[in-house]
Amino acid sequence: MQRFANPNKFMKLSGPPLPWIGGAAALFILGGLGLALFAAPPDYQQGEAVKIMYVHVPAAWLASLVYAVVAGASAVGLIWRHPLAHIAAESAAPLGAGFTLICLVSGSLWGEPMWGTWWVWDARLTSVLVLFFLYLGFIALSRAFDDRTRGSRAAAVLALVGVINLPIIKFSVDWWNTLHQPASVFRIGGPTIAAPLLWPLLVTAVGFLLFFVALLLLRMRTALAEAKLRALRFGGG
Amino acid sequence: MSGFSALLARDLRLALRQSGDIAIVLAFFALAAMLFPFGVGPEPELLSRISAGVLWVTALLAALLSLERLFESDYQDGSLEALALMPTPLEFQVLAKCLAHWLTTGLPLTVVAPLLALALHFDPAGYPGLVAALFLGTPVLTLLGAVGAALCLGARRGGSLLALLILPLYIPVLVFGVGASEAAAMGYAARPELLLLAAMSLAALALAPWAAASALRQALE
Amino acid sequence: MGDFLAMGGYARFVWPAYGVAAIVLLGLLGHALWAWRRASAALKDEGKR
Repeated sequence: MQRFANPNKFMKLSGPPLPWIGGAAALFILGGLGLALFAAPPDYQQGEAVKIMYVHVPAAWLASLVYAVVAGASAVGLIWRHPLAHIAAESAAPLGAGFTLICLVSGSLWGEPMWGTWWVWDARLTSVLVLFFLYLGFIALSRAFDDRTRGSRAAAVLALVGVINLPIIKFSVDWWNTLHQPASVFRIGGPTIAAPLLWPLLVTAVGFLLFFVALLLLRMRTALAEAKLRALRFGGG
Repeated sequence: MSGFSALLARDLRLALRQSGDIAIVLAFFALAAMLFPFGVGPEPELLSRISAGVLWVTALLAALLSLERLFESDYQDGSLEALALMPTPLEFQVLAKCLAHWLTTGLPLTVVAPLLALALHFDPAGYPGLVAALFLGTPVLTLLGAVGAALCLGARRGGSLLALLILPLYIPVLVFGVGASEAAAMGYAARPELLLLAAMSLAALALAPWAAASALRQALE
Repeated sequence: MGDFLAMGGYARFVWPAYGVAAIVLLGLLGHALWAWRRASAALKDEGKR
């Protein structure tokens, strides 16, 4: 971790792997969704509508995972004042918001043919919607101050306050009677989902994860470049 | 502890002076709640179905509208810095401000709620549950709101930003508060929801002053 | 091919779902690349001065 504390070191180390991570991401996403669309069988109850799952579920996983990254980076930034921590959190947040949006929209499109409704205020959907607003609030707060550092730190506090939402999202389908189905992959006892359906799911999820890592590094590099630019233009007295 | 009471007294005086009067706060509640019969129509059946939600949303909005001023005037005139330097920990000062805020928004609403509920055709059998739920839930609104207000100090477009930050966090309170109220109105035991509200209040009581104080220190750096 | 596109009758749900995912992901990618190119170009200019 300390090795990456120096922004220049980070720039040097993050550059070369980037195209490879990006390429791998494309490979996994196209591969996973290709498997999903062409190889995976239709569900005996849901028919071809189950194909939406291959977009919806990985997006949902990333939505929560990225928030954990944002919160973790925020904690590191607030407690240890690591110079890259807030940059990491702020670079990750829009990506998380994007995944959450995909999750919400695809979920709604899946819900209409399956449940007969575009939306329902059950615990799972509501808490994911709250997650989306937490991302928006984080982004807005980080940019709401003329003093950038103040914005970063305020947003970091918000990110930590909102962490309570993550266990609510995860366990909402267990704690409440929800329309949304209970967990079928990440559960004690292993996945209940059949293998031909599971593999495209996992491949796509890995693809989304690699996509996140690639864009996170790219956005962090951009943020550091912009900071350097500001220092060159306005720094020195 | 005497420091705390002195702070509380000061904050209460300020809060009452700023909002004008508790009567004005109550008038706001009544007016806001009254908008709904005008908006959705006066049929008793419809109103009674939405009455719990209306009362809770009104409580939320009233808390939100007065939260902006929680720290703002002290921040603007520099007395916040002076307060931060006092021997009493900033966390306790936040607590004093929250208590003053709740005594002038959440508590009046809880007391007046049965009257407003009457106007909205809320089932009278549910009054005890409604009052209990509001009593247990409104402190959370104040405490979470204080964290939001502290984070937004000195921000551009602070008011709308505060709403964007706080309202998502209010949703669980709303869900359980309305759940408890409606359960009570229908004659079911509201204990599970009430216990959850109590738990939220205790958790907020423990965590919010700390989060708000650290946000205030950021603002003062 | 027609069967594939029809998605067993669920086409108007499945394809928009994939479409939204594509738009959001490509949008994030495009924006990130654009911002990076802009910043590194500006840095290069700054370095020349």
